[in-house]
Amino acid sequence: MTTMTLAGALNDGLRRSLARDEKVVLLGEDIGKLGGVFRITDKLQEEYGPRRVIDTPLAEAGIIGTAVGLAIRGYRPVCEIQFDGFIYPGFDQIVAQVAKLHYRTQGTVKMPITIRVPFGGGIGAVEHHSESPEAYFAHTAGLRVVSCSNPQDAHSMIQQAIASDDPVLFFEPKRRYWQKGEVDTELDANAIPLGQARVLKSGSDVTLVAYGPLVRTALDVAAAAADDGVAVEVVDLRSLSPVDFATVEASVRKTGRLVITHEAAQSGGMGAEIAAAITERCFDWLEAAPARVTGFDTPYPPASLEEAFLPDLDRILDAVDRVLGRRNSLTGWKATA
Amino acid sequence: MSTTHEGTRTHEAHEDITALLKLEDVVQLISPTGERQSSPGFDSWVDDVTTEQLADLYEDMVVVRRIDTEATALQRQGELGLWPPLLGQEAAQIGSARALRSDDFVFSSYRENGVAYCRGVNFTDLMRVWRGTAASGWNPYEVGMATPAVIIGAQTLHATGYALGCQFDGSDSVAIAYFGDGATSQGDVNEAMVFAASFQAPVVFFCQNNQWAISEPVGLQSKRHLSDRAPGFGIPSMRVDGNDVLAVMAATRIALDRARTGGGPTFIEAVTYRMGPHTTSDDPTRYRSASELDEWRAKDPITRLAALLESRGVFPDELGSRVNSKADAVARDMRAGCLSIAKPNPLSVFENVFAEPHSGLERQKSQYAAYLASFDSDPDASTQGDRS
Repeated sequence: MTTMTLAGALNDGLRRSLARDEKVVLLGEDIGKLGGVFRITDKLQEEYGPRRVIDTPLAEAGIIGTAVGLAIRGYRPVCEIQFDGFIYPGFDQIVAQVAKLHYRTQGTVKMPITIRVPFGGGIGAVEHHSESPEAYFAHTAGLRVVSCSNPQDAHSMIQQAIASDDPVLFFEPKRRYWQKGEVDTELDANAIPLGQARVLKSGSDVTLVAYGPLVRTALDVAAAAADDGVAVEVVDLRSLSPVDFATVEASVRKTGRLVITHEAAQSGGMGAEIAAAITERCFDWLEAAPARVTGFDTPYPPASLEEAFLPDLDRILDAVDRVLGRRNSLTGWKATA
Repeated sequence: MSTTHEGTRTHEAHEDITALLKLEDVVQLISPTGERQSSPGFDSWVDDVTTEQLADLYEDMVVVRRIDTEATALQRQGELGLWPPLLGQEAAQIGSARALRSDDFVFSSYRENGVAYCRGVNFTDLMRVWRGTAASGWNPYEVGMATPAVIIGAQTLHATGYALGCQFDGSDSVAIAYFGDGATSQGDVNEAMVFAASFQAPVVFFCQNNQWAISEPVGLQSKRHLSDRAPGFGIPSMRVDGNDVLAVMAATRIALDRARTGGGPTFIEAVTYRMGPHTTSDDPTRYRSASELDEWRAKDPITRLAALLESRGVFPDELGSRVNSKADAVARDMRAGCLSIAKPNPLSVFENVFAEPHSGLERQKSQYAAYLASFDSDPDASTQGDRS
């Protein structure tokens, strides 16, 4: 076991992928000498050369479209999109080409492209640097969408994503880049399948589903709720396409209550899909309507307002109270349960 | 005051630059009436093309025009949903595609049926997309041609990436991107040129300027020759008569040779004309004149090559009858192949979305399979065919 930051774990995972398969090439803006604006590719160009770790011109469609051609030629490109809000110029190439080429060619052309996206807020950034665009991609057939929440998963999942013969949108929780954790670098990267969720803390009262940056918050919620005598089960979704509904379903059949949280806006988001699917599957087990705690249906606000926008410990605890039928902000504090 | 003055000077300077950059006329090796023209710098690239090979190019052009006619007829008869005719662009497509090696790789739009023919795409496979039975017709690796891109210009980036892969592999294979005049306005095409120039990728940008993007004339896309743009990206360009199969072949050979020998990308503007509609759903009489069509009909790529062959003593009747019977045979095979394409199984809609299993999609598939199977066991359903 080695203590690593999430950023360091990604860096080591990328290094191992470069070493394992000479067809792996990294493409992105400022990923060479600079090592990326978040240093995720630190020293990789020095070690593997400018042919494997490629600084590209500043054009996201160019990065993704070039990766498509490289993939057709037999390469395994890993693209870095510098910030979440910069992915939209590459959106057409992702949803119209990367996602569909395997289908279009009846399986003859594979698209083993990994698209790394630092996402989410909480770092006091300017506009376009704190967004959570994952639902667009989870909605698109042909894309796998995942998000890691801790250094060990970051280390394993980036290697799994690169090894996958399908395109993977890899969402990295940028505000957790510097979070440290124990990493077994020799662990088989496939110890847990890429599409599988994990129960990080078990509990019998409420199921709390989170992914990426809010998993840490969800664990804090579980600890705070425990002080209040409520056992919250925390599910780290890890994969957004596919969603491991079997794991969520098993948890909800046990707890009868579901809270979902994400930073992305509420309407049409992952929470809506999970609430609908779990209601379909577990209607007779649910003791209360599923609750969502999400970013608002607003643009991501200026930094001084992001605390208001981002789901936090108290807002999630409030939803836990709601599904438990306790007094909460919607019932008013003077009402009886 | 000074602002106005500077503004005027800028305007004058701009006109001067425009005059300086005015391009020579398009490169032409066969005149519209079939005379072999000399063009220094281009002649030597097609010196080796024999009269017999010219006759083969003539055959290719007649055959693809016949494929076009047959496919249009199939569409009118309700056998194809849509067809994008290449009528008028035969020389641009055949001249360039016949310059390629089998290990080169083509990235095209949806109108390059003549290129597909040269790559050896099966006629039946050519119909699948337009009959609506498959998202694409062929295995790209078997013919060295990607499945056509419908999103305008997207394929130019794929060609650039593929070319980069060739460069990484130390191969002298080349990627060629086919696109139209309308596509040159797309960001993807401009980004492709930026990337190709930056990495000196062995890619050929082959622009068929057929004058029209559905109803929009090329003047709406650009106030300059399209070939003027590439040098701004650091990419040498050529402007050739796209209805002249020999000029197109010479230019393509030059570009391919540059790419194979480390010279990087080249841009070719093949000036041609879309004689037919954009697709069988289009009505070009709404936006262009009959006189314009007549003007271009006089520059027909097949007629001029026939005239050149005749001047070389190739007996026109004999060649004509050989070529026509080949075209008839191809059209017959194509029609039979088209009609033989079966409607796919409903459950195949789920196939090949992913290369590896996806639990969400598998659930939808199994539920839909159960739904379909329910008609077999439902005593109230008279036949399965009622709902299939």
